[in-house]
Amino acid sequence: MMDNKMIVEGSLETSDVGFAFYGRLPYYRGLGLSMVEDIQITVDGELIPRADVRFHVRGKTYTLDQMETVYNDRWNFGEKAKIIAMKPGGLPAGDHKIEFAVRMRVSYLPFVPTTKDTKVLALAA
Amino acid sequence: MPIKRGVSLYSFQNDTFQGKMSLEDCIRTCAEMGANGIEVIGEQTFWGWPEVGVDDAEIANWHQLIAKYDCVPVSHDFMLDYKRYKGREMPFEEQVASVKKDIDFGARLGVKYIRALVSIAPEVLVAAAPYAEEKGIKILIEVHAPLHFDHPWIIRHAEAYEKCGSDALGFLPDMGMFLHAFPPVWKEKFMRVGVPQNIADYIVKAYEDRVLSEYVILNVQQMGGVGPAIAMAETLRHNAAFEPKRMLDYMPRIHNIHGKFYEMTEDYVEPSIPYDEIVKVLQQGGYDGYICSEYEGNRWIEDLMEPDSVEQVRRQQVMLAQLLGEPTPQLSAAA
Repeated sequence: MMDNKMIVEGSLETSDVGFAFYGRLPYYRGLGLSMVEDIQITVDGELIPRADVRFHVRGKTYTLDQMETVYNDRWNFGEKAKIIAMKPGGLPAGDHKIEFAVRMRVSYLPFVPTTKDTKVLALAA
Repeated sequence: MPIKRGVSLYSFQNDTFQGKMSLEDCIRTCAEMGANGIEVIGEQTFWGWPEVGVDDAEIANWHQLIAKYDCVPVSHDFMLDYKRYKGREMPFEEQVASVKKDIDFGARLGVKYIRALVSIAPEVLVAAAPYAEEKGIKILIEVHAPLHFDHPWIIRHAEAYEKCGSDALGFLPDMGMFLHAFPPVWKEKFMRVGVPQNIADYIVKAYEDRVLSEYVILNVQQMGGVGPAIAMAETLRHNAAFEPKRMLDYMPRIHNIHGKFYEMTEDYVEPSIPYDEIVKVLQQGGYDGYICSEYEGNRWIEDLMEPDSVEQVRRQQVMLAQLLGEPTPQLSAAA
């Protein structure tokens, strides 16, 4: 659900240390950060290692390992979080194919859902 | 007292997710349809709930909107994330404390009911019942497919409630458990992801013939079905045409209804859920609470088009008004 709305159009940005875009949780509610099990980012076919992913929301930045024990913050319903990939040099100008997958631990589901969106986002020169 | 009409704001999730409808838009839209009962999933409608909390100003705004449009807060649907901690389940006492927090939140919203998910253990709800009574709130477990009123898990809940004796415990049946026909929007979605016509037709027919899911899955495999075809057949494991009349035994504890629907056609028909029969059973059982629209066709069509949630809910409200013998709502939303 909301798969095709996960990556926010036109939100790709780059810097010397990496790139980032806005992402939304593919779910009909928000989720406490400890239940976000994994976020995978792929850019032009290259997988960003888990340790190089950062999640930024309302002024706070977390690594994925840190998020596992965050019990007092949330990724709210429809909230645009900044999804950051640490990648020295960032990305060159032009189109980039971004894949964004989120794995959630949902108490009532008898499975662990992973939902993915893929979009081509342009980076201005 | 007649059955009343309401809407769960879950129905407008595609619009609220994208910021296309505000809380006020949602409540006004429901009021315009004559559906003045408002149900929310607390943590969908109110950012911050439960881990961060919700400011009093947000709650005041809620009450102001409810008053402005002459609506009634019906239910706060809570989640209880007992898997909050990786690798271990939340301890019992903490689960009970969590339910009490949601009772408090429900009281702040002014609802009479809070919805518990069906996977929550009966002991947790029994332990929270005295606190619910104190706050004037009833905790309703959502009886939702694949579970149903004859399932041992639900019977265990019912027995625990009777033994406890509290009238603060009850049921919220989701009408999706009375799935009398395979929903056309499901079939069309499965075909878009590659299920061949002959297999899709077979599954729909097998569902109509009430064939056991395991036989259908095997037959689909033998027809050469893979991937999405197996997934389509496996929906029969999680859905069935249970009988609306099974609610009658539980009427004294049924206080809210999820009017689940996957699609409303232009002529106000839900092709897969028998609302005429459902309304008759509820009337026979003396039900006088709300039926809250719960549109869930969104996730089955959003790959193809932006769901028109408001129009879908409007059509269901017209159907419900007709079945309840009310005048057809005059809807500015339709203009």
